[in-house]
Amino acid sequence: MSLGFLDRSRTIAPAGWSRWLIPPAALSVHLAIGQAYAWSVFKPPLEKYLGLSGTESALPFQLGIVMLGLSAATLGTRVERNGPRWAMFMSLVCFCGGFLVAALGVATKQYWLVVLGYGGLGGIGLGVGYISPVSTLIKWFPDRPGMATGIAIMGFGGGALIASPWSTEMLTAFGVDYDPTGRVLGVADGAIATTFLVHGLAYAVFMAVGVLLVRVPAEGWTPKGWTPAQNKARELISTASVSAANAVKTPQFWCLWVVLCFNVTAGIGILEKASPMIQDFFRSTPAPVTAASAAGFVALLSLCNMAGRFVWSSISDLVGRKNMYRGYLGAGAVLYLVIALTTNVSKPLFVICAMLILSFYGAGFATIPAYLKDLFGTYQVGAIHGRLLTAWSVAGVLGPLIVNAIADGQLAAGKSGPDLYTTSFYIMIGLLLIGFVANELVRPVRAKYQEPGETTAREEVAR
Amino acid sequence: MTDRRALTVLSWLWVGLPLVYGVYELILKVVQLFTG
Repeated sequence: MSLGFLDRSRTIAPAGWSRWLIPPAALSVHLAIGQAYAWSVFKPPLEKYLGLSGTESALPFQLGIVMLGLSAATLGTRVERNGPRWAMFMSLVCFCGGFLVAALGVATKQYWLVVLGYGGLGGIGLGVGYISPVSTLIKWFPDRPGMATGIAIMGFGGGALIASPWSTEMLTAFGVDYDPTGRVLGVADGAIATTFLVHGLAYAVFMAVGVLLVRVPAEGWTPKGWTPAQNKARELISTASVSAANAVKTPQFWCLWVVLCFNVTAGIGILEKASPMIQDFFRSTPAPVTAASAAGFVALLSLCNMAGRFVWSSISDLVGRKNMYRGYLGAGAVLYLVIALTTNVSKPLFVICAMLILSFYGAGFATIPAYLKDLFGTYQVGAIHGRLLTAWSVAGVLGPLIVNAIADGQLAAGKSGPDLYTTSFYIMIGLLLIGFVANELVRPVRAKYQEPGETTAREEVAR
Repeated sequence: MTDRRALTVLSWLWVGLPLVYGVYELILKVVQLFTG
């Protein structure tokens, strides 16, 4: 069935099309959907205006992340078949439509519409948008797939950096009153609904540029002066094609699932409680950390999370994916051990260790598409990536659960300071070591899982 | 070719400027770690 302007056939790049137009196309989607991680900005005004609890106001975000994992896993094959323009357009419609439905929900004080709009519909936009440019970028940058996907996935981290101050300014402009500490004093009628409406429209325009710009390379296109043999010489890199349905039957897929899940869990271990953690660690020292300084620490970790996505993922093109994950997981475990052993001896040491751990956390997300491409080829790498993202959903529950449960338990036992967290850190070290072993077990995919001959996405469309 | 170059520059500005804004706002917060 032809999809008209959105059809893959309409997006084949003409001769001379610059591949450097593809990363901005990908970024225009990822920077937009990355807004999801700035949802917390809307929580206090929503709680005040609709009389919600903290748990209730978190529902749209939580549903959004669940839908991200589910839609990436279930719609990945369709995204591969229909092409990146269709996928980006669907992401635009769902993500921005979600904001519009949420605006209607707030305007009519029907909170379930906010949950289903932003979380349900918007969450589908998150999942489809997240995987939409992955295989296209890998095809345009076969010589530097880690760098290319690193740019896009860095955008997902960067989206919250943009949305957080922007959304706060807009809420203020439309009638949300804050006191100097950031507490909400009052919310004017229509303030949140108008903010949601403007967000939906503005993100639609922003993402539309990506929809218009994105192109797939013509069949047989390769970068000037590059031959597949240059990459093939490196361990694990194959030119084989493995379908998404076959990939999930391989031990390699599940090894990488464990690697991603535990790498993310370990990062969330710090990210989740960064602000109270640094204050608790240094409370009884001569130089305690204030709430404002702790906010600066959280911001610094966000920067490292974003930078790690680009920097480490780009380096993976030079040293290989398996070696990079040895570093993320092995060095990550050592850094956790340093924090657990030195506790509050040195603030700079604590901050540097946390920065590196968070850079590895971001890098784990950004390097995985290129690792998948190395193992399974480009045939359905976007769909395989979508299925692997279920590891993220599990880690998103596991990480906060471990850290919060242990901190609460230690607090109830009368402990304080670093003692609240050291047990969690030793658990994170164990998880990272399991991930390290899983990475060591990754071997080239056996021939029985590979598609016969050189199957390309184009042939898939024809079926 | 010049058109493509202009398009490339514009498209990078389209995504780069908001990102610079976000990073700038974040750096203002990071400063609090040392001054707060």
